[in-house]
Order: sequence, then C-alpha cells, then structure tokens
Amino acid sequence: MLTFLARRLALALVTTAAVVAITFALVHLAPGEPFVAGAEGRFVPPETVERLRERFGLGRPLGVQFARYAINLAQGDLGESFARHRPVADVLGEALPNTLLLGGAALLLSFVLGIGLGIVQAARAGTLTDAALGTIVLAFYSVPAFWLGLMLLLVFGEWLHWLPVAGMTDAALHGTLSTLGRALDVARHLVLPALTLALVNAAAVARYHRAAMLEALGADFVRAARARGLAEGRVVLHHALRSALAPAITLAGLSVPALLTGSVLVESVFGWPGMGRVAYEAIFARDYNVITAVAVVAGVLVALGNLLADLGVAAADPRVRRR
Amino acid sequence: MSPLRRAWARFRRHRFAAAGAVIVAALAFAALAAPLLAPADPLAQPDPVGLQNQPPSAEHVLGTDRYSRDVLSRLLYGARVSLGIGAAAALLAVTIGAGVGLAAGLASPGVDQLLMRGVDVAMALPRVFLILLVLALWENAPAGAVIGLIAVTGWFRTSRVVRAVVLRLREAEFVQAARALGSGRMDLARRHLLPHLAPTVIVSVTLDVGNIILLESGLSYLGLGVRPPAPSWGNMILEGKDQLFSAPWVAAAPGVALLLTVAAFNLVGDGLQDAFDPRRNR
Amino acid sequence: MSEPLAPPAAAPAPAPSPAPLLELADLRVTFATEEGVARAVDGVALVVQAGETVGLVGESGCGKSVTALAVLRLVEHPGLIAHGSRVRFEGRDLLALAERDIRAVRGNHLALIVQEPASALNPVLTVGSQIAEVIRAHQQVTRGEARRRAVEMLKAVGIPDAEQRYGHYAHQLSGGMRQRVLIAIALACRPHLLIADEPTTALDVTIQAEILELLDGLQRQMGMAVLLITHNLGLVAERTKRVYVMYAGQIVESAPTEALFAAPAHPYTQGLMAAVPRPDAPRERLAAIPGQVPPATAWPAGCRFHPRCPLAWEKCRAELPPLLPAGAGREARCWLLADGPHVEAAP
Repeated sequence: MLTFLARRLALALVTTAAVVAITFALVHLAPGEPFVAGAEGRFVPPETVERLRERFGLGRPLGVQFARYAINLAQGDLGESFARHRPVADVLGEALPNTLLLGGAALLLSFVLGIGLGIVQAARAGTLTDAALGTIVLAFYSVPAFWLGLMLLLVFGEWLHWLPVAGMTDAALHGTLSTLGRALDVARHLVLPALTLALVNAAAVARYHRAAMLEALGADFVRAARARGLAEGRVVLHHALRSALAPAITLAGLSVPALLTGSVLVESVFGWPGMGRVAYEAIFARDYNVITAVAVVAGVLVALGNLLADLGVAAADPRVRRR
Repeated sequence: MSPLRRAWARFRRHRFAAAGAVIVAALAFAALAAPLLAPADPLAQPDPVGLQNQPPSAEHVLGTDRYSRDVLSRLLYGARVSLGIGAAAALLAVTIGAGVGLAAGLASPGVDQLLMRGVDVAMALPRVFLILLVLALWENAPAGAVIGLIAVTGWFRTSRVVRAVVLRLREAEFVQAARALGSGRMDLARRHLLPHLAPTVIVSVTLDVGNIILLESGLSYLGLGVRPPAPSWGNMILEGKDQLFSAPWVAAAPGVALLLTVAAFNLVGDGLQDAFDPRRNR
Repeated sequence: MSEPLAPPAAAPAPAPSPAPLLELADLRVTFATEEGVARAVDGVALVVQAGETVGLVGESGCGKSVTALAVLRLVEHPGLIAHGSRVRFEGRDLLALAERDIRAVRGNHLALIVQEPASALNPVLTVGSQIAEVIRAHQQVTRGEARRRAVEMLKAVGIPDAEQRYGHYAHQLSGGMRQRVLIAIALACRPHLLIADEPTTALDVTIQAEILELLDGLQRQMGMAVLLITHNLGLVAERTKRVYVMYAGQIVESAPTEALFAAPAHPYTQGLMAAVPRPDAPRERLAAIPGQVPPATAWPAGCRFHPRCPLAWEKCRAELPPLLPAGAGREARCWLLADGPHVEAAP
C-alpha cells in the first residue's frame, strides 16, 4: 500500500514538473512583451520596460530563469504579478478558494446526479424510461458548457428573475449582511454556475455509470444473489452498486481536469471571480508569473484528484488493497 | 454472415444511431452546400442601424445579429468551420495516436514503457489551458494552428486503445503464424494488424469529433479560435452574448446547432461501438 | 427451520408415492438468438421426492443448467420459459407465483449452487456478510444473530478459523473454500431441496472428494433432497438413487441408478458409459460417440439422437419417440422399446 502511494506521488510530482516546465518554456519563448500594455492599458515608455525586464530578470538565459523559478517555488515564493504589481500568491489566494467552491459544488452535484441516473437507467435498461433519460443525458453531454450557462442565465436570471445574473456576491448588499446572510448570498450566486458545470459533467458520469452498472448487473454474483431470494433493491443497490463504485470513484478523480477547464469558460460567463478568470486575464497580459503559477496549481489539483481517486478505489475494492 | 455484415445489421437496428447518421449526413450536406442554401451573404451588413437584432421573421428565418447579418446564413457557413475543423483535427489526432500506439505495441518492452509513461504525463497536462496559452501568445497564427494544436494535444487516449489492441493481437495465433512464415514488422502491421484496428480507430474518430467541435467552439468563444467576421458557431455565441437578453436568438441558434451536431456524432459513435462489440451492454 | 426427515425406505417401483417435493412437467425454455430460436429445454419432466438424491446427467449443451435456472425462475432475457411449462415445488406452481413469493422460496426452501465458485461470490463484500444477508433476508433475526449463525455455517462446512474467515473476501480463499462458502450460503436457511449444478467440476480432483463428502454429510443431517446435475457418470453412480439422462433439451432416459448402470436402455446412455475408461474392463481404444451435439437452434427431426445412433432406422429419422416404459420404474425415449416390428438398420 505504501509503495503504491509513493509511486502515485512520484508520478504526480513528475507531471506537475512537466506542466510547469512546458508552461514556462511556452510563455517565455513566445514572441511579445509582457510590459508593453500595462494593467491599465496605458502605453509604457521603453525605459520603464527595460527597467522592469531587469527587475524580473528576463534578460537571463532561459535555463537560469527556470532554475531561479524552481528554487523560489520550492520555498513557496510564486513571484510577483507584472500586471497587478502584487505577489502572485495573493492574487491566487483570493481566486483559488472561489474556484474550489465552484468546482467542489459542481463535482458533488454531478456525482449524485450522474450516479443516480446511471443506476436508474441500468435498472430499467431497454425500457422507455431508459431511452428518455438517455436522450436527456445525451443532450447535456453534447452541449457546450458556456452556452448552457448563457441559456440558464437567460431563463432563470432574466426571464424568471429567480437567481442573480453575475458575480459571486451582491456587491451592494454583501457588506451589510450577517455571516449567514453572506453565506446565503454566495449560495444564491453559486447555483447557476455550479449547475451549469454539474449538468454537463453529470451527463458524462451517467453515461459511464450506466455501462458500469449494466456490467455489474450482468455479473454472475448478481444472479447468484437473486437466486438466494434477496430483494431486487438490495441486489441493485448493495451488490451491483458496490462493485461498480470503484470505477465511479476513479471517474470522480479524473473529472477534476475537466472541471478546471470548464471553470475557465463558466467563470467568464457568470463573472465568477475564480482562477479561470485570473488565468485568462494573465494570458492576455503576458503575466508570466501568474500564468506559470496557475499551471502549477492546476497540475497539483489534478494530481490530488487522481490520488484521491486511487485511494477511494482502494477503499471500495478490496482486491486492490493487496498491492 | 460475415462479421462485418452482422455489425452493419446491428447498426441499422439501432435506430438512434441511424438517426444520428442521418443528421450528420444532413449537416455535411448543409456545410458543403452552404453557398447554395444560405439566403444571404454571411458577411453582408445590409442595414447596420435599421435591421440590427431583428427577431426571426419570414425574411430572416433566424433573425439578424447586431450588425444586421442574417443569422441563418452565418449558421450555415459556420457549419463548414465546425465540421471542417472537427473532421480535420480528429483525423490528424487519430493518425498520430494510432501511429504511436502501433509503435508502442510492436516495440520492445523498454521502449513501450517509455512511450506510455510519456503518454501518462502528457494526459495529465491541462489541455485547454495550454492551447489557450499558445493561441494567445502566438500572434498571426495560421488558420491551421487551431487544428494542429487540438490534434497534437488530443491523441493520447487513441494511442492507449490502439496499443492495447496491438498487444492483444500480437499474441494471436495468426500473427505468430505470419511471423513464423517470415513477415517483417511493417508487413505485419500493414496486412494483419490494420484490418483489426479499423473498428477501434473508426469509433475513436467518431467519438472524438464531438469533443473537438465543442473545444473549437470554446476557443472561438474566448476569442482565440476562428476570429470574426468569419462565422464560427463559437464566435457567434461570443457576439450574441452581449445581446443575450435583448436578442437571445443570436446566441441561441448556434448553441442549438452545436448541440444537435455533437449529439449526432455521439449517437453514431455509440452505435458503431455497439455494432463492433456487442458484448458491451447497451 | 425444518426438522431433519428420516430418509425414505427404498421403493423399487413407482407405487403411489407421496406428493413429490419437486415436479417438472413439460418444461420448455427458449432463447432468442441471432441464429434463430434456441430450444434449450424442450419438454422436460422430472420428479424429486423429499430427502432423495436424484441425478441429472448429460453433456454440455444439453440444457441441464438451464433447467436448474428455470426451476428457480432465474432465466433472463433473451431466455423465456414457455407457457404450459409446470414447475411444482411443495405443491405450489413456482411459475405462477408473484415476485415476492418466489423470492421467499429462493435461498430459503430451494437453493442452488453453481459450477464456478469464484463468480458466484461478490468480490467486494466479505464472505461472511453474504451468508448473513441470506439469513436476514428469510428469517427475522437481528444482525448479531445472523452473524452468529453465519459463523456456525462456516464451521459446518468445514472452514477452519470461522470467526476470522467471516471477514475475508473471496479472493483470499482457495477454490475449494469458496465452494464451501457457497454451500454455506445455500444451506444457511435449511432448504428442503438443493440443486447442485456441477458442484465440483471447477475444483481440483483432490478437493472434489472432500466437497462431495461434505455435501453428503450435510444432506443426511438435514434430510434434504438433492438434484445433482453433472456430466460425470462416476459421481452419479456413487451418490444418486435415481438418474435422468438428458440429451438435446429432453430427458431421454430415467431409471434407478443401479439399474441404469447395470443395463442402460437408451443408445445414448450406452454410448456415454462406453466412453468412460474403466480399469476393470480394459479396451484397446476408447469408444467415443461419433458426431457432435447439434445446436439448439436446429434439433434434428425425429429422434434427436438418430444422426449419431448406431441403431437408428427410418422410424427414428421420421418421428420423435415419446418416453416409453423400459422396465420397473424406467423409461427411455427410444423406438427400440416400442412394440411391433422394426428392422435392424445398417449403421
């Protein structure tokens, strides 16, 4: 078990390092200057550009720059944002929790929905219910997340006025609310973006889980369980589901990259102040340090997701534990 | 009945897949015949002030956008972009993936492991982030850049699948017989393995096209894929976003088109998967 | 829990017996396949009395396993139990029962063990919990009591360290142990009839004997009836009182075991016995039955065995023989037993 963990950790480290290296190289090797358009879009005089380049050590060879970055990174120093003139850690520190909140809520919701759908579809395989649900699942699987967000915004935000249309909080009111009030305010704003991400991901989970459940339901031990006179509910939910859980958990871990990606687009649709927005702005502003830092965080999150998925599988499937 | 004919019979019986195939064919036709079918020039702005943001009418079946361009025409021309990029990138990705998978499957264990570890790491890279990065930093990127980037970042799953098939086939008796008779590796690959890989590869391509179309639309939505005024379903949504509440049809139409297109490809892909491997539960 | 019954006295002839424990009449099971309709079980009739051991013998593909599933109504799509089939167990028609009523019979009064012990156990649940859940499904007991009884069963089937083994998983047990666990599950509620479908075929030869002894012992203890389904004639000779021989979806011969082995009436049975190597009757070459079992989608016309039968003649090719009397308590599906002239045919 320990060697298994160690191997996964090593893979995670290698992957993150690769992500950082590739991002670093791309960013630094691409044509274009980071300081030409300042954060406010003003024209920056060449001497200032020169001085800033000096200050951030951009004249040195790439290898040296990377080494410096790596050393700083190991010490927890993510550098300074060119565009915002603030430590990158601060910038990310503000945005990351918001993305985690959105992503976490979406992941949870998509799993409850997706696994539930998968079970119902598998139990009713071949019937009209299965076909109808399958069609709905297919629709959500084929829809662009950002467009779905726009449509939900249109229907629930504008037409029905049920939910707010932008941001994470109600800027005017937020400061005046109690803690509970503030939490509820955030929750109201969270519904649409989380739902958007969740619906699309749930479709992927449902498609996969239906197949996994069908396979489990066709297994010999399921028929054996029925032969012993166990109630159908128990057969499906206890025997079949338990054995189909391990791949579902892996899928959860593997969903993390998709959710991070989705959040870039969805955050922009809903004006959610998360990492997606930060990354997008940084890319256009050529804010090297922020871009690289985002890559690091993304790499770490993905690696963590995979690790948790592996642990979850070991918990769900005792055959794996032996190794 | 030959396995191929049986597979076709199963595919035909799977009515949803057949419907998907019909839709794909219709879309391909619409894309190819766009110049003939479109009621107006997709770039023409006949009356930017008077005709902007018109709701659907007899003359403009899907309304007009903020520059008074006919939405339906733009939709049809946009189909060319989406389907074209989708097909091209998918084919390119599958070619790379199949090549790598084949090489890994036929190579010595050491080389195989090295390749697959590389694929493992590559699969963990954040695809959209990196594509975004390159497209944003690369000024004056050529038109094929999007296709190339999507393909180069999306062949990993195919390579794994192909490698698995190759490894399995390698142990098959007919391959061992061929080798005993003196077939070299290239010959082996071409005559014995490729026919067996065909189903896997076809399914891979079909299912990939849907994802690629969605990816391209996302990139265009962020302003990095196909740039306006050339219509792409993604950038139409981008432009329609600002009038979302006042002229929702501008953003809605391309989204529906995307939904139908990707769903159709997925249906066909699912049907093909079942047809070639009926042991999988439907 | 039922009382162990005294084993019934040996009855030679089909004198008016008490109502049978299990009675199958005209059982038909079909499967819709791509190649056509497969009539896997095509008019099977058999009887099992309380407490007796009956054998059902045949090669693979003759439909014996499907028969077992049909008794418990476990035939799944694309299989179908045809109308007109009758499965009477303890006086009730199992095919007419509501779903919850048949669930109350399965695993409780009627149990089934199958050939592959590995695949019948859920790999992610402990073996002990799978015994306990059957107990809790049919009897009103607490979890603790069910666990206790499960451990008792593990001991009864000869598994050492029962308390510890309760928490083990299937992959931690050897093939023989897994089969013991399955027997424990099957017998946990003291069924009146156990259907054992090839219970030892997948096990090592050395373990086979142990498992059979175990089954024997438990059967005597519980006074349970057993329907032993197998292709192994040796098993049947040793452990059953009566035998049914099955071929091509039908019963082709039935007889008390001793009589069957002394003088088989049906040419197929004769062929089966001739094919078994015997140390006491050494031969130059093993006699195999020529030809192959035909596919269930295309049973031959007339007697289904005729293409492979050395004694077949025109009537065999033309008409399917019914089960004809072949002696005391014996029947066989062969025209050779019919009265009236017939011509010896060249093979």
